[in-house]
Amino acid sequence: MPAVNTAHTPIASPRPVTRRPGRMWDRALAYWMMSYRRVWRGSIISGFLSPLLFLVAIGIGLGSLVDDGPAGGIEGISYLMFLAPGILAAQAMQTAISESTFPVLGAMKWQRQYHAMTAAPLGIADIVLGHLAFIAFRLTITSTTFVVIATAFGAIESWWVVLAVPVAILTGLAFAAPVFAYAARQEGPSGFSMLFRFVMLPLFLFSGTFFPVDQLPVVLEVIAKFTPLWHSVELCRGLALETLSLLPALGHLAYLLAWLALGITLAMRGFRAKLVV
Amino acid sequence: MGTAQRVSRMMPFPAGAGMARALVERNVRAYKHAWTTLVSGFFEPVFYLFSLGVGMGALIGDIDAGNGRMVAYASFVAPALMAAAAMNGAVMDSTFNLFFKLKYAKLYDSVLATPLGPRDVAVGEISWALIRGGLYSTVFLLVAAVAGVVESWWAVLALPAAVLIGFAFAAVGMAATTFMRSWQDFEYINLTILPMFLFSATFFPLSAYPAALQWVVQATPLYHGAAMIRALMLGDVGASLLVHVIYLLVMGMIGAVFAARRIERLLLT
Amino acid sequence: MTLRAFEATDAPLISARGLTKRFGDFVAVDGIDLDVHRGEAFGFLGPNGAGKSSTMRMIGCVSPPSDGSLRILGLDPGADGSRIRSRLGVVPQRDTLDEELTVRENILVYGRYFGLSKAVVRERAAELLEFAQLADRADSVVEPLSGGMKRRLTIARSLVNEPELLLLDEPTTGLDPQARHVLWDRLFRLKRSGVTLVLTTHYMDEAEQLCDRLVVMDGGAIVAEGSPRQLIAEHSTREVLELRFAVDDHAPYQAKVADLARRIEVLPDRLLLYVDDGDAAAAAVHDRGLTPLSVLVRRSTLEDVFLHLTGRTLID
Repeated sequence: MPAVNTAHTPIASPRPVTRRPGRMWDRALAYWMMSYRRVWRGSIISGFLSPLLFLVAIGIGLGSLVDDGPAGGIEGISYLMFLAPGILAAQAMQTAISESTFPVLGAMKWQRQYHAMTAAPLGIADIVLGHLAFIAFRLTITSTTFVVIATAFGAIESWWVVLAVPVAILTGLAFAAPVFAYAARQEGPSGFSMLFRFVMLPLFLFSGTFFPVDQLPVVLEVIAKFTPLWHSVELCRGLALETLSLLPALGHLAYLLAWLALGITLAMRGFRAKLVV
Repeated sequence: MGTAQRVSRMMPFPAGAGMARALVERNVRAYKHAWTTLVSGFFEPVFYLFSLGVGMGALIGDIDAGNGRMVAYASFVAPALMAAAAMNGAVMDSTFNLFFKLKYAKLYDSVLATPLGPRDVAVGEISWALIRGGLYSTVFLLVAAVAGVVESWWAVLALPAAVLIGFAFAAVGMAATTFMRSWQDFEYINLTILPMFLFSATFFPLSAYPAALQWVVQATPLYHGAAMIRALMLGDVGASLLVHVIYLLVMGMIGAVFAARRIERLLLT
Repeated sequence: MTLRAFEATDAPLISARGLTKRFGDFVAVDGIDLDVHRGEAFGFLGPNGAGKSSTMRMIGCVSPPSDGSLRILGLDPGADGSRIRSRLGVVPQRDTLDEELTVRENILVYGRYFGLSKAVVRERAAELLEFAQLADRADSVVEPLSGGMKRRLTIARSLVNEPELLLLDEPTTGLDPQARHVLWDRLFRLKRSGVTLVLTTHYMDEAEQLCDRLVVMDGGAIVAEGSPRQLIAEHSTREVLELRFAVDDHAPYQAKVADLARRIEVLPDRLLLYVDDGDAAAAAVHDRGLTPLSVLVRRSTLEDVFLHLTGRTLID
């Protein structure tokens, strides 16, 4: 048996490279991409089939009743064309929220991947931004897929919809970041059912996705206009139907960006409170 | 409490299953700590009712409920939402929640060390799903009545009808759960439930489907559930109700027998 | 035979003949025979994978035997599983506490599984929380409890039906030394009060502390049986001489002293010489001009028996 070598043997080994915290988020992203390779099949249904089913059932099925209804369509167009950009925005919200609830709680409390990252040179900003970057990647795939399919269904006709994809990604991130902050502080999953039922579902149903918010009672209409989803729906619909004008568009964008910035700040604070103790 | 025993007697199990109520008690206690989750469940179908009834109703106007009778869209869709809520609740309880208890919390490992057997587990969990579902259905029915979308006193029978829907789906869901290997497999549940939710003549009448697809729609269990509750809430009571009842009863029975057998094999290794 | 009639006899509480458990082609338990008598503390000793837990699960009536006969409390687990379980207490290897409930509720709900009335379980829960030193945590949820507390709660819960036979699968694995001693103390009290204990362990000290009688299992079979003292007498020598040399590898020294001992174990850092007279053997080593760094003479323990019977790899 060789004697135990306690002296340092000089080996030409590559040394770890450290950059400033906040500049290493690509390493956190690399982790999420790698783990996604094992599970991507499961996300096909939620990410792609469910908006498609909604589009067919509500847009075409229920839409046929709307188009035959008292107003003969909605705002002068077929219900399917009204609905499709709404679903694009709503789907971005749903994808982002579901990607930033259980996965975040799991990485914080159960599988503890975040703790593993802090044990490496990664900082809080790297962890938050890396995970958000992964969600942006997911949003890119689901939104693009949906736009292509909706166009094939004749639900979208304008080329301007190409710009609706980045809007959908921004929408998702504007939800993901504050939900990161919320999820980081959860001790168990019970808080999520509250989030799903009292935030996500009402937004989905009442933020202009399915019908114009001016059909709501005035109080609810005002509330609806404060939700980021309404601004996103307005942007997506305006692009898909070519009815958007510049000033309101900038306003909607600024509002979504503000949510994103606030969300990232809160998320970093929440992550720091849990990871740096 | 009596419910668990009654259900256990009703079910075609050879023996045992007399202690299921202890498991129901356990679930009641567990939910006392998570009552907010329980209460929040009331709101989901109510949100849908207002979004579809108020929002979409204004765009759609009155529609033909089947036999040429025109009703407000809200009155048309409310029964379907009640049926869908009964289905969703039962499926959630008997799939996700059951799987968690089975694989992660290892709840039944400790239960089976006591005189309770696998059948008690199956009956207890299904009973609990029904009790919870019955509670939700009651609240929904009250909200619907206040909102003015209930057209007939027959609607009182929509409660047992919703419990029957819950039974059918809980039993089959439980049987399906015994085949689940990981959370990934639950995509198949979503894959079954979501199309059914959207395409069982729930949101728009059967006549709006292409003729070739109408048969497919009529084969789904939720179609029967929704049609049954719709007939009761609109007061269109006829012999066809019996078909719906028998369909769901048979589905539930087959599911329950199968689930009990599978659970036995799964838990006693 | 009825339970009452069974109680009148002194027939064994557990009686197995040719008991076998197969999972597919894998034989987990390979035709074992054993009897456990009332009031005994009986231990299964063996490395992981020896078949201890499979045997315990069969005794707990949650795993049907593949072959052989098994009677528990005079009854057949296949036909009367529920009746048998109503008189057993089970402490599984992994705590299966109900994390959705509080400490007290865990006992209350468990008691209801046995069909006990609410008044009775309330009373017993209070006693058991006292017994498990958990009274001050009664209304906290289970999750934040320490490993030792959870283990004590699992044991308290298993006692709610006042079992005649308590099955403990590795009761102290993973606990810190204090927590283990507290648990042993509780188990002693139970034993004194007449509860029959059946436990599995791979800790020798635990087996020596708690068991009146034990079997050593390896590869699904029983390789030795007896009281700790008998096992040591039968399978080891009276004394052990431990020699430590100033080398990295002790193997070459084996040949130099082999004739002095009945048996030698070579460990990475020392040699174990199994001898009847340790001092004499130590003197003989010195006479050969060997100069160990340290020399220790001690009595044989169960650990030596274990090494001898199941090979050096104690765990896995």
